[in-house]
Amino acid sequence: MKKIVAILLAVLMMIPAFALGENIVKIGVFEPASGDSGAGGKQEMLGMQYANSVQPTVEIGGETYTVELVYADNGSSADKAPSAAQQLVSEGVSVVLGSYGSGVSIAGSQYFADAGIPAIGVTCTNPQVTAGNTHYFRICFLDPFQGTVLANYAFSELGAKTAYCLAELGNDYDVGLCHYFQQAFEALGGTVISDTFPTGNSDFTSYLSNATAIGAEVFFCPVSIAYSTQIINQAAGQNVTFPIMGGDTLDSNVVVEAAKGTNVKLYISTFYQEGGSPEFDEGFKAWLNSNSEALTNNGGNDMIAAVSVMGYDAYFVALEALKAAGSTDSKAVNEALWDVTYDGVSGHIAFDEIGDAARDSAYIKTANTETGAWDFVTVQTVE
Amino acid sequence: MMSTVLPYLLSGVSVGGQYALIAIGYTMVYGILRLINFAHGDVFMVAGILMVYISASGLPLYVSIPLVLVLTAFIGFLIERVAYKPLRSAPRMSIMISAIGVSYTLQNLVLYITGGLNQYYPSIPFISESVTIGTATTKMVTIITPVLTLVLVIALVMLINHTKIGMAMRAVSKDFETSQLMGIKINRVISVTFVIGSFLAGVGSLLYFTNYTTVIQTSGAMPGLKAFVAAVFGGIGSVPGAVVGAFIIGICENIIKGLDVILIKAGLSKQMMGLTTFSDAFTFALLIVILIVKPTGLFGEKTTDKV
Repeated sequence: MKKIVAILLAVLMMIPAFALGENIVKIGVFEPASGDSGAGGKQEMLGMQYANSVQPTVEIGGETYTVELVYADNGSSADKAPSAAQQLVSEGVSVVLGSYGSGVSIAGSQYFADAGIPAIGVTCTNPQVTAGNTHYFRICFLDPFQGTVLANYAFSELGAKTAYCLAELGNDYDVGLCHYFQQAFEALGGTVISDTFPTGNSDFTSYLSNATAIGAEVFFCPVSIAYSTQIINQAAGQNVTFPIMGGDTLDSNVVVEAAKGTNVKLYISTFYQEGGSPEFDEGFKAWLNSNSEALTNNGGNDMIAAVSVMGYDAYFVALEALKAAGSTDSKAVNEALWDVTYDGVSGHIAFDEIGDAARDSAYIKTANTETGAWDFVTVQTVE
Repeated sequence: MMSTVLPYLLSGVSVGGQYALIAIGYTMVYGILRLINFAHGDVFMVAGILMVYISASGLPLYVSIPLVLVLTAFIGFLIERVAYKPLRSAPRMSIMISAIGVSYTLQNLVLYITGGLNQYYPSIPFISESVTIGTATTKMVTIITPVLTLVLVIALVMLINHTKIGMAMRAVSKDFETSQLMGIKINRVISVTFVIGSFLAGVGSLLYFTNYTTVIQTSGAMPGLKAFVAAVFGGIGSVPGAVVGAFIIGICENIIKGLDVILIKAGLSKQMMGLTTFSDAFTFALLIVILIVKPTGLFGEKTTDKV
């Protein structure tokens, strides 16, 4: 009797495999869904999920494949990233998208390399992600560029001569971007004071006091969303006079929400400005509003985060690569990626010999503390 | 000189007061059960999450704040009843492991409910407002915290020294078995201890999260750990010790964060030396030094082995 039951169960389990009988291609989503960058990671995933709802199938080698997104939460931390990466490898994904946050991308990179799976970095801006390997690609700009853009803006437009940089200790993204900002800012003739804070810190009042004491004219903190909201809140409490500046991580409705109703001046650089593609904006908002879970993951409103746009574009770049490869074999996809070009919502995407997309402009936005929305300031380019 | 140090002192006193309120919970439970309640930091975090959800439901503050405090006290009571009481006669190590289990259960429960996203603490009028003292501008809560902490601690010490339940607590902490034989209802005393400890952690969370407005499932870990250090530092089992320890740690930590700037302003150093990096390392190094010099902590009682 037991045997019969066991056989029956086994047969039952096999039914889905037969019944579906369709072709499935798996795309790994290597993003933080928890931890300090959880909010950003979720918004990046929203872009991919929306893209998947717009284009759920792909033509590979003359056959139609259904795209299945496979999620792995890298927990925003470099020590959880390897197991998330291994999870994706064992799922047999053809290509990986992500991650939000350079540190976790670097931590997971080797596992994808060993398995011969290509990865497309969506908003990880640290040069080390793609440097020295042939499997990691990236569709966004890099930190040397971003740091220079921000330094130029702070020095020329905001008129700052002394800058205070704050980074999370051991976070590749923060420390890297602060380093490039410092290089560029000092090259322009400014002075930079740098500090780092330990992971898990939530008391930033002393760092703000430091900046005030040295007479900083700009407070540069390209940190995770969780920390930046605290910094903004505590800066408001201290009535600081200097503007706060950050990188692409700060471009989130969560951050602008924190600045709402305060007198904090906040400037950030980012990949996309809402209104850049009205068609996308409209579709994405409609999708968000029809899906309560997505709306919650977007921070409770339908403001568009640049990372969602990048996630959307990354999904389509992956589809282009699959089409070009003509197979779901990850190695073929890796080969094909080098020649992929795609005109996305965030601009034209093509990869150079390192695997980076050529990007030469960044959007500068400022927080409108009355409306609680981002106001477009300028497009900044660097020669 | 004073104007340079003042903002750091204010931050230190404020965060020290918040650590103190958590540290009392550690020290009281240790005094009575000889148990390090690892879940205490998470009770503090859960109090923060409760406030987020309760105030999101639209209840006015004069209802939601007492409700949060009552619920937090109840959670502390519940944890003791479910996870520690059945292990009363088990080896002490088992009950400690049970505490670690509770800690992770709470964290993962909150992870599940919040989906791992940061929750934003509602701003409480008056104590969220900015206030200027001398050259430093800070939130009202910075001033209120040490005052409120001291008031609560004095009330607690009165309770311990001048009431019947306080006498029972002292008796239990001196000798668990004998006091049981003397007819003290041991379970009641332990429950009261957990209720008081959790209530104070709830008050601490109100003050702490008003200043540092993000709550996430791991929010309790670092304050919990520092409060634990403060309790050991002051001599675990001693309430005044925990409070003094917490203020010392809070102030030292913030002075270290600003030490570079203070030294430059005082003309003792020419450039930044990156000392801020060591603010946490310092806290724990201090613990090691104190324990080497004075193993029972600042106010710790000498224990005599009764074998």
